[in-house]
Amino acid sequence: MERQILHVDCNKFYASVECCLNPDLRDKPVVVGGNEASRHGIVLTKNEIAARYDIATGETLWSARRKCPDLVVMPPHFPMYTKFSHMVRAILREYSPLVEPFGLDEAWVEVTGCRRDPVDIAHEIRCRVKEELGITVSIGVSFNKSFAKLGSDYKKPDAVTVFSRENYRELVWPLPAGDLLFVGRATKKKLEERFLYTIGDVARADPAMLQALLGKWGPALHAVANGRDSQPVVPVEEAATVQSVSNGMTTPRDLTDDWDVQRVLTVLAESVGRRLREQHFVGKTVELQLRDNQLNTRSHRVTLDHYIQATDDITEAAYALFKSHYQWKRPLRSITVGVSHLEPEDTPSQMDMNDSDRREKREQLDKAVDGLRLRFGDKCIRRAILLEDPELTGESLYDTHTVHPTGFSGKTDEIGGDQ
Amino acid sequence: MSRKVYVDVIALFTSEGRVMPHRVRWEDGTVYTVDQVLDIRRAAATKAGGCGLRYTCRIRGKETYLFLDDDRWFVEAV
Repeated sequence: MERQILHVDCNKFYASVECCLNPDLRDKPVVVGGNEASRHGIVLTKNEIAARYDIATGETLWSARRKCPDLVVMPPHFPMYTKFSHMVRAILREYSPLVEPFGLDEAWVEVTGCRRDPVDIAHEIRCRVKEELGITVSIGVSFNKSFAKLGSDYKKPDAVTVFSRENYRELVWPLPAGDLLFVGRATKKKLEERFLYTIGDVARADPAMLQALLGKWGPALHAVANGRDSQPVVPVEEAATVQSVSNGMTTPRDLTDDWDVQRVLTVLAESVGRRLREQHFVGKTVELQLRDNQLNTRSHRVTLDHYIQATDDITEAAYALFKSHYQWKRPLRSITVGVSHLEPEDTPSQMDMNDSDRREKREQLDKAVDGLRLRFGDKCIRRAILLEDPELTGESLYDTHTVHPTGFSGKTDEIGGDQ
Repeated sequence: MSRKVYVDVIALFTSEGRVMPHRVRWEDGTVYTVDQVLDIRRAAATKAGGCGLRYTCRIRGKETYLFLDDDRWFVEAV
């Protein structure tokens, strides 16, 4: 049976939610942006009117205001976006149990085998979301996930696009190869060096050449471009397997020495560790992303020979990575710490005769601290290192980690860096 | 442009699990009785902003929308 898949994309999600909550904003150019005082002053999303001024996601608010002096900048209200996201998903689940969210504002819905025409379903969802929630969605309908996603991007806002076996060569193939999911900047550049600019170019290319160019991902990309994408729609309960836990921070001032970095790493590791413990995971790989004040980004990672969970262990590993890779050519602007290669915390692991006992104690201490914070608030107990420079380390990241717009966080292979 | 005004409501929790508004206290303190609930559906409050479960009510002969958003009731006031 031919698969029928919808990809539902909430248009300009954060800005739409803000405009829905505050109708006075509807006719004004609006962006949702971070806090400029703490240097998170970038455009997270913009409404249609602001888009007309050529304001781009990720642009600084300062530059956006230059393009549009009447710009209304709203601070983000993440709990509200999460609420709207859940309400959209609740509507989608009325049509199929197979709903796979992709970020807060996108989801695939598999309606294969439904008695109704998938295009009718798509239009009904589009109308319902508009009437019931006051925001718009664009929906792609196709026989695989990749084309469905391209479809939701093809015509928007408030539209339905069908990419069928009959029309995909005509409609999908002229699109830029970079529009395909997981084709980020690096892959796109490699393709363009071989004069492969559109999805059609990739579809018609020799799979062996693509393999030589992109490794095992080459033939997979060739198949996707030809409509052979068999990825299943995985409902959220199954997809929820966590791959990694990370926290990043753009600091209120540039970091200029090791001591600054150690403080910030501690704040980040505290949040990462707490989330790992909360979800009962231990991890083996520690990742560190550093961005300097010229916005050059480098990523580094190390895989340990044992699993860790304690804040001190994460800080220690991240700091060691930092010391072995960063030469202080420029001050740092933001740091991200992550732990991946996760396993459930009761996974048996090889004990280290010298350190196991200490590590266990550290983990128990962290759990006791987590318990205190849960009962008495985040500030009831703090590390001394974090008291010295409250401006730099004052914010608790624990409650702010959940939401990152996919457009902002970037595509998979842009993150890479040297590892 | 309408204002979003949160109001106090006395509601009936029916044996079928529905919540039906019974009386509404306006911001000026006047209490109105809901004569009839004509329609219940999830809807955006297009005039005042937000969304919720929208009750189309007849109050003193006039049709009015009463929204239930999570556990708060609001009306779109002129």
